[in-house]
Amino acid sequence: MDARRVSQVVPKVRQVGFVTHSDPNPPPQASRTQSVPIESNSGTPYDSPDFSPVMIPPPRHHSENLSHLRSAAVAVPESSSRRPMWDDRVAVVGSYNPGNSLLGQPVSPNSSEVNSEASTTLGWFGRNSSGKFSAGSSFPGGGFDLTTVKMENFTQLEGKKPEAVPGKGGGGGVEVNNRESSSNTLKAKTTKAERRETQEAQRAAKAAGKAQGNKPVAAAGGAGPSNILRQPSQNRDDPAVGSTIAGSDRRGGDRPPERERKKDVPPPRMQFDDQGRVNKSKKRAVFNQPEAKNRVELFRHLPQYEHGSQLTDLESKFLELDSMHPAVYKVGVQYLAGDVTGGNARCIAMLRAFQEVINDYSTPPGKTLVRDLTAKISSYVSFLIECRPLSMSMGNAIRFQKSRIAKLPLTLSETEAKAALCNDIDRFINEKIILADKVIVRHAATKVRDGDVLLTYGSSCVVEMILLYAHELGKQFRVVVVDSRPKHEGQALLRRLLAKGLSCTYTHINAVSYIMHEVTRVFLGASSVLSNGTTYSRVGTACVAMVAHAFRVPVLICCEAYKFHERVQLDSICSNELGDSNDIARVPGRPDVNSMDNRTNEKNLQFLNLMYDATPSEYVSMIITDYGMIPPTSVPVIVREYRREYLLI
Amino acid sequence: MDFQVVVLAGGTSKKLVPLVSKEVPKALLPVANRPVLSYVLEQLELSNIKDLIVVVEGADAALCVGGWISAAYVDRLHVEVATVPEDVGTAGALRAIAHHLTAKDVLVVSGDLVSDVPPGAVTAAHRRHDAVVTAMICSVPVSGLSEAGSSGAKDKTKKPGRYNIIGMDPTKQFLLHIATGAELEKDTRIRKSILRAVGQMDIRADLMDAHMYAFNRSVLQEVLDQKDKFQSLKQDVLPYLVRSQLKSEILINGAPQGQQAKENGNDKVSYRILANASTPSFHELYALGPNGSAPVRRTHKCCVYIASNSKYCVRLNSIQAFMDINRDVIGEANHLSGYNFSAQNNIIHPSAELGSKTTVGPHCMLGEGSQMGDKCSVKRSVIGRHCRIGSNVKVVNSVVMNHVTIGDGCSIQGSVICSNAQLQERVALKDCQVLSLSTSVFLSLSSNEYL
Repeated sequence: MDARRVSQVVPKVRQVGFVTHSDPNPPPQASRTQSVPIESNSGTPYDSPDFSPVMIPPPRHHSENLSHLRSAAVAVPESSSRRPMWDDRVAVVGSYNPGNSLLGQPVSPNSSEVNSEASTTLGWFGRNSSGKFSAGSSFPGGGFDLTTVKMENFTQLEGKKPEAVPGKGGGGGVEVNNRESSSNTLKAKTTKAERRETQEAQRAAKAAGKAQGNKPVAAAGGAGPSNILRQPSQNRDDPAVGSTIAGSDRRGGDRPPERERKKDVPPPRMQFDDQGRVNKSKKRAVFNQPEAKNRVELFRHLPQYEHGSQLTDLESKFLELDSMHPAVYKVGVQYLAGDVTGGNARCIAMLRAFQEVINDYSTPPGKTLVRDLTAKISSYVSFLIECRPLSMSMGNAIRFQKSRIAKLPLTLSETEAKAALCNDIDRFINEKIILADKVIVRHAATKVRDGDVLLTYGSSCVVEMILLYAHELGKQFRVVVVDSRPKHEGQALLRRLLAKGLSCTYTHINAVSYIMHEVTRVFLGASSVLSNGTTYSRVGTACVAMVAHAFRVPVLICCEAYKFHERVQLDSICSNELGDSNDIARVPGRPDVNSMDNRTNEKNLQFLNLMYDATPSEYVSMIITDYGMIPPTSVPVIVREYRREYLLI
Repeated sequence: MDFQVVVLAGGTSKKLVPLVSKEVPKALLPVANRPVLSYVLEQLELSNIKDLIVVVEGADAALCVGGWISAAYVDRLHVEVATVPEDVGTAGALRAIAHHLTAKDVLVVSGDLVSDVPPGAVTAAHRRHDAVVTAMICSVPVSGLSEAGSSGAKDKTKKPGRYNIIGMDPTKQFLLHIATGAELEKDTRIRKSILRAVGQMDIRADLMDAHMYAFNRSVLQEVLDQKDKFQSLKQDVLPYLVRSQLKSEILINGAPQGQQAKENGNDKVSYRILANASTPSFHELYALGPNGSAPVRRTHKCCVYIASNSKYCVRLNSIQAFMDINRDVIGEANHLSGYNFSAQNNIIHPSAELGSKTTVGPHCMLGEGSQMGDKCSVKRSVIGRHCRIGSNVKVVNSVVMNHVTIGDGCSIQGSVICSNAQLQERVALKDCQVLSLSTSVFLSLSSNEYL
């Protein structure tokens, strides 16, 4: 827990984590260059002995890197000279590239300086650039990939930063050289660094095109006479300059992930306060969604519809939606009507529907399965989004699904391909959800001791499993179920717990500070965990976690790793979901309480029914996931490992 | 969407006996100068359903209906007209065409339904709950139910007991009890087990079955096979399914989730996740039994779709309904008729000829090639094609079909005059039905007689 607290102080930890995270090193290469560090550092990334090394074999060096960083985080004050972050980045990148360009020569003065100064933080890079060339050369490429894919509105930063950089830069000779001779490349490079910085704060997709726009610039710089110039452009993955074996080697490993990455990019979030876009999307919409009238200003960018009419409209269109698969339609209606809620259930329902789609699919003549099926799934996904915004876990599942389709060998016949895809979905459900839950339950049960009072909020399926499992183990504990309006999800959980004979206390969130005195552990579920450690979960979770934190009660978030997402969110405003405002205006089962009934259309009254909130990582003591029990700072590691793993599944 | 549509067009219904004949089966009765079947077909066409099966009772009627359909919809719909013997009932009709049904679900629509409720809504509700049957119910028309044969407006007041009784769960999604028409002389019996499982039941008498059902095909066929005495969907099959919903005797080969869950551990977990996350209906709770463990009892779901009050939904199953529908289709529900109304809120075909000082009021319709003499007045009535109407004729609240000749000075109120009839001069008709085939009427008639 200590490590967690400190590491928060230094956001750099996570930044560097990110850099490597998208580092597209092909695994074999990585193992070649990093074999020693892996051995020496095995097991460090995770505090928990439960971490199973089998699960994440190849990319261990990433976590190793992280462990360095974490130790660096403690030692930050020493390196205060590097405090301006931009400096730091520039120094790293600048010094690093020349080292690279000198092909096997000893490290450039600058990079060695960096090494000595901040060897803890950047030890890995230092080692790379001094020793092995190939892995080193891959690094900027990684940075570039990152920018291509994930950068978003950094354009303004791009404009601002480069002139500020040279003044601050730590300035080794080679680096200066580099900068002077090819300001063009350098500019690209500095923005690279900046992007890496800001990327944490903002993330979106459409920048892929933007970054591609950068590429020609870099290539043009690379066309210059000097070797130094050419080298960076090689790093930029320019095939024309790929002269060295290492370069080509790297390219071979690098390219496909880059392409994938572009595909994987989540579509830019629709901002619903942009009237033009909203109108455009309405034209595409499958069914009519009248927008709610009185919306809270702060949340105008989120979709909010009048709930009642949506369903009837969608229902009446049922037979007209020829292209829609019935299974997908059913899932959509269930989402819309609220028949299926909860991250896991929604994800399973969606995947099962896709399974049916694939089973019923036959490639139309003149089309290829890979492309046509992907397009089909995309259209289904957009329909599901219309019904209810997807959770991040579902986004991950869809990404997995699409990557599986894209990776189908062309030699497979249609039936084989379909069987393979269905099998993949089964495996995803089994491994990523069900087995993951089992593992989480095993882990979490070790944290339940006799005499504990466990508090949970809402109804999380994995927390429920934990409680039941601990009960089965014969542990003596008591459960406090905290619930809230309007959904009263806790009641269902309470009913099931009572049916199994657990002793429970049921209370509403208003009383959470009251009940927290007696609580010894807080178990919470999550809709997703973001890479800055923020937990995105049912609204009210943050409140419970905060109160628990204030009372020094450990907060354990239970969340399957497939729900981890590389997005970073600092608040719950920019991305959230708005529920039906009628839910909070009325009291279910009490039609006599109707003081709000005719006020829904009052002009100066706006209802706000938020569905999710973001729990900052400082309130979270531990995240229990299928890879073990980790501090919230380790989420980016899991995101990285996981992504790789699920692509390889 | 894996739905097949069956339109039960009926034959020559006994309830409509003066109006229907061998030449004009029930499905072809004109409503605002269009066969009533066209309203159903067009509503289905709007919902993008191109393939239908139209089942007609009796070979003669089938010939007529088939001929009309092929003429009217030759390029638009792919309609298969199936003939079944007369008096087999709706269930029998479905039994007869069972081998045509292949889709997962079957939508059965009565051919005499005049409605603007999208059929998709029923099917969507059906799919959403994985129901065995979904019935559309609508509110009883203002003029009252007209189940009982040719009973006019006055009959109703004599028999106030003839209601539909429909029981639903509080969310108004599931059908718990349904009893129609004739059964209701006796006390209504409601299953205790159902009541106990649901806890609360809304019993409504102001709703009626609109005869649009979505069935799970395999279940429907199984029921039809097992219970070969079932004659009517409405009175036998639907009540049976509703009655037995908590102790289902049917095997749904659409694989109920409970059975799948037993197959292996992982599936079971995912099933439980799904089940816990979704709000369980009383069926699932009941199926779980008292322990809440694995499902032990077999259930199936019967759903309802309640047409909203703003929608028009009436069945043409009596003469009263025939009059009402004709009036409504050119009146308040005029969007159904598919015609463009003039500024005076009526439709006068351009080829119709009106004499001097003749007034055609709002909510009227005058068919192609009709001629009217001087000083006539038409109010809230439909007049068919090529009618010849003399001078000084008053037509109020009536339906005059094609090729009718009406002499001078007639007064027609609340009556139906079928095709090719001839009325002599100064005949006064009130609440009558006049048969076709060049009957000549000399007398003044009143109330509920037909010739």
